[in-house]
Amino acid sequence: MEVLQLLVSGLANGCVYGLIALGFVLIYKATEAVNFAQGDFMMLGAFVTLGLTNAQYMDLPFWVAAPMAIAIMAVLGYLLDFFVLRHLFGQSQTAVVILTIALGFVIRFIAGAIWGHEPQTLESPLAVGDLRVGGVVLGMADVAVIIVTVLLTLFLYQFFQRTKLGLAMQAASQNQMAAYFMGIPVRRVQGMIWGLSGAVAAVAGILFASKGAIDPNAGLLGIKAFAAAVIGGFGSLPGALAGGLIVGVIEPFAARYLAAGYSQIAPYALLLFVLVFRPHGLFSQVRTKKV
Amino acid sequence: MRIHFKTSYEHDIRLFADWWSFFVYAALIVVAVALPWIMDEFYLGEVTNVLIWAIAGLGLMLLTGQTGQASLGHAAFLAVGCYANVIFMELGLPFLIAFPLAGIVTGIVGTIIAIPAIRMHGIYLAIATIALSILTDDLIVLLEPITNGVSGKFAPTITIFGIEIERWTTPDRFYWLVLAVTVLCTLAYRNLLRAPLGRAMAAVRDSEVSATAMGVHIARTKAASFGISCAITGLAGALMGFYAGAFNNETFSIVISITLLMMIVIGGLGSIHGAFFGAVVVAFLPQALSIAKDSIGGGSVAIPGLETGVFGLILILFIMFEPMGIYGRWMKIRIWFELFPFARKDMFKRQKSYLKTERLR
Amino acid sequence: MSALLDIRNATLKFGGVVAVNDLSFTVEEGEVYAIVGPNGAGKSTVFNLISRFYDPFSGAITFDGNNLLDRKADEVADLGIARTFQNIELFEHATVLQNLLVGRHRHRRTTLVEEMLFTPRVRREEKRHREAVEEVIDFLDLQPYRNKMIAGLPYGVRKVVEVGRALATGPRLLLLDEPASGLSVEETQDMRWWIDDIRKQMGITVLMVEHDMGLVSGVSDRVLALADGAKLAEGTPAEVQSDPAVIEAYLGAGAA
Repeated sequence: MEVLQLLVSGLANGCVYGLIALGFVLIYKATEAVNFAQGDFMMLGAFVTLGLTNAQYMDLPFWVAAPMAIAIMAVLGYLLDFFVLRHLFGQSQTAVVILTIALGFVIRFIAGAIWGHEPQTLESPLAVGDLRVGGVVLGMADVAVIIVTVLLTLFLYQFFQRTKLGLAMQAASQNQMAAYFMGIPVRRVQGMIWGLSGAVAAVAGILFASKGAIDPNAGLLGIKAFAAAVIGGFGSLPGALAGGLIVGVIEPFAARYLAAGYSQIAPYALLLFVLVFRPHGLFSQVRTKKV
Repeated sequence: MRIHFKTSYEHDIRLFADWWSFFVYAALIVVAVALPWIMDEFYLGEVTNVLIWAIAGLGLMLLTGQTGQASLGHAAFLAVGCYANVIFMELGLPFLIAFPLAGIVTGIVGTIIAIPAIRMHGIYLAIATIALSILTDDLIVLLEPITNGVSGKFAPTITIFGIEIERWTTPDRFYWLVLAVTVLCTLAYRNLLRAPLGRAMAAVRDSEVSATAMGVHIARTKAASFGISCAITGLAGALMGFYAGAFNNETFSIVISITLLMMIVIGGLGSIHGAFFGAVVVAFLPQALSIAKDSIGGGSVAIPGLETGVFGLILILFIMFEPMGIYGRWMKIRIWFELFPFARKDMFKRQKSYLKTERLR
Repeated sequence: MSALLDIRNATLKFGGVVAVNDLSFTVEEGEVYAIVGPNGAGKSTVFNLISRFYDPFSGAITFDGNNLLDRKADEVADLGIARTFQNIELFEHATVLQNLLVGRHRHRRTTLVEEMLFTPRVRREEKRHREAVEEVIDFLDLQPYRNKMIAGLPYGVRKVVEVGRALATGPRLLLLDEPASGLSVEETQDMRWWIDDIRKQMGITVLMVEHDMGLVSGVSDRVLALADGAKLAEGTPAEVQSDPAVIEAYLGAGAA
């Protein structure tokens, strides 16, 4: 029974990692860049929801606040691309990496300045009650997280495989120049991807905040989401989710069965292990450059 | 404008382009050596801090600016250098042996880590080095018998030929020691740049395919770059230990790694000047912010995340508007004055291009 | 007759696609040998086989008696084979001089520690490299660009710098991948003289891939026409140009 409980809470955590990793992958697929601030996006999404719905702030109903927060984050993502990332056109991948890390610092500072540094809890309807199945007690929040994540991943997967916009986004990621000549508005498509990843971050933030308290440093768990994205292979949406679940499940089991001190390094050790043996991730997509 | 008429092959091989720049740097050294008589102890300490950061910056610059490998885990090598140095000294080795040895040990550790790392490209290397930086924190705790874990270690007093050097009691001597290390590291870096290995590194950075076709062994060059970079960083780490006095697992955190990388980007990737400019920003930003806070009446209220937030903002502005960093801006201003009034705005125009991925699917 | 480069029955497949199909040819010491063919005929692939970027599926490649297949990509230069690239692959953030000096890398005799200390030996070696590179700069009239960054140079100059970088390695065999593509008429003319001089003054064997038939027939001794990775015709420029199979491959069936 204990194993099952560890598994479920691990899966729920893993879903949050998976959703953040999904954000990495979305942007990586579309722009070849990696948004190292995705974890902080998640944190910001959580705080925006909290600011809209909690009694001490705007006191809106949760079911109004959540879509609003998602929309706000989508717009923020788009604007970020419009005002900042487009200026980086033609600069190296490393420049984008460093810029987004810096962006994370800035977001953390802004969130701290607005909502303070004390941990706060989101007044979420998902956060109440437990579910008893046999002898296992499952948090409602955990179950909700798992369901929402699976649905969102399926939706995004379909979106990229079937819709015209999704295909355009993929095309733009593979060869900007060719996509441009094929009549795809490369820049606008990139902006939309950033918007989409902002929205996904907001969903992740709402789910994360439903599971426990948040503070401006919550975004740092984005680092675990890197592990997820790498293990799952950058560039694959289901892979990102799978990677998130692997990392999420390893954590509680490592904490339970490994000596203290070794448990928290497990995800990173796994990450390094994967990178050493598969330098481009488990599902490698990088080939050598053609000359 | 100074025009260099080349009269011999020696010209470009020389350390300084002409007598003028020789005098400029000589004057800089003289001023730097005389600084303890000019400045009070507080600011001397700050300048020492700048120099230590600059050494660390030089280390990372070699890897990232010269060889094109972005590392987000260089705090790990600061830690290795720092702990190695203190442990050697605790074992009874004199500073003059322990210190270089610490650099060599860090260089060897870096080369070993490079063996898997050189196969990783771009973001994968960045992520792997982030993981490395996080693991270092935990490893220091796990290796408690050697590292003293969370309680940390204290830096011993340095003795060179009977002269005692300590950060607080003899700040001027400590400053001179750091200055000497800075000059030596800068010279070694400069020498590498004008020698085949430095050019091979730049070749690897700009085009691995054609570097290979020219006979450059990619893996070996990257490994050498990792090794030297980590060795220099290790020396900086050892000095940082003395500067801080005491250190533990949290001294060399991931934030230090990130700050170091941001620092060289702000300073100007690929140039020696960049490491120094960036170090000045990193070391004096907290001071500047507290002065600014005082002047708007903020007083002594601590705002968490302010420094990193402002630092992040500065970096974003630089990447957007001056990707060549402070050094790039400095060069432009210099050229503008040298050519006055003939400088044109489009002389510095950046080339924009569509990104063509190296990925197949 | 001494064959400098001998490619025998080379076959390379990418997935199911045959890029090079049972191709054999030899390049003699001191000649200019050109490979022509429509896009996708496998011309650049042949170069990449010689550079050891690709492993042939089957077949043998020997250079001056050495089995090239035993060598790694970074050891090819050491044998005396230098090359240029179709889409210029220069070191963008370095000067022309530094680019050419990288060409001298195979002549590096100094160690890391010596270079960090910049010992007199390193200084002597550097001077030697500079002398060799200056000869190339004089030869290709690159003096005005010596200390310019590649990133700011016009396309035509970059093409020349790439040839210069390959020459700086001191090769016996020079592989030129479309040396005239994207060049103006005057620049193509210059390139033609240089290729002539490279062979006559420097005694370097040239193997080139080129579309410009004017240049090809102007400088080459022998021409190989490729189609779909296989040999279509081989001979003097005039012979190849009048070969019915070549005309058909270029102009399509019915035109001949």
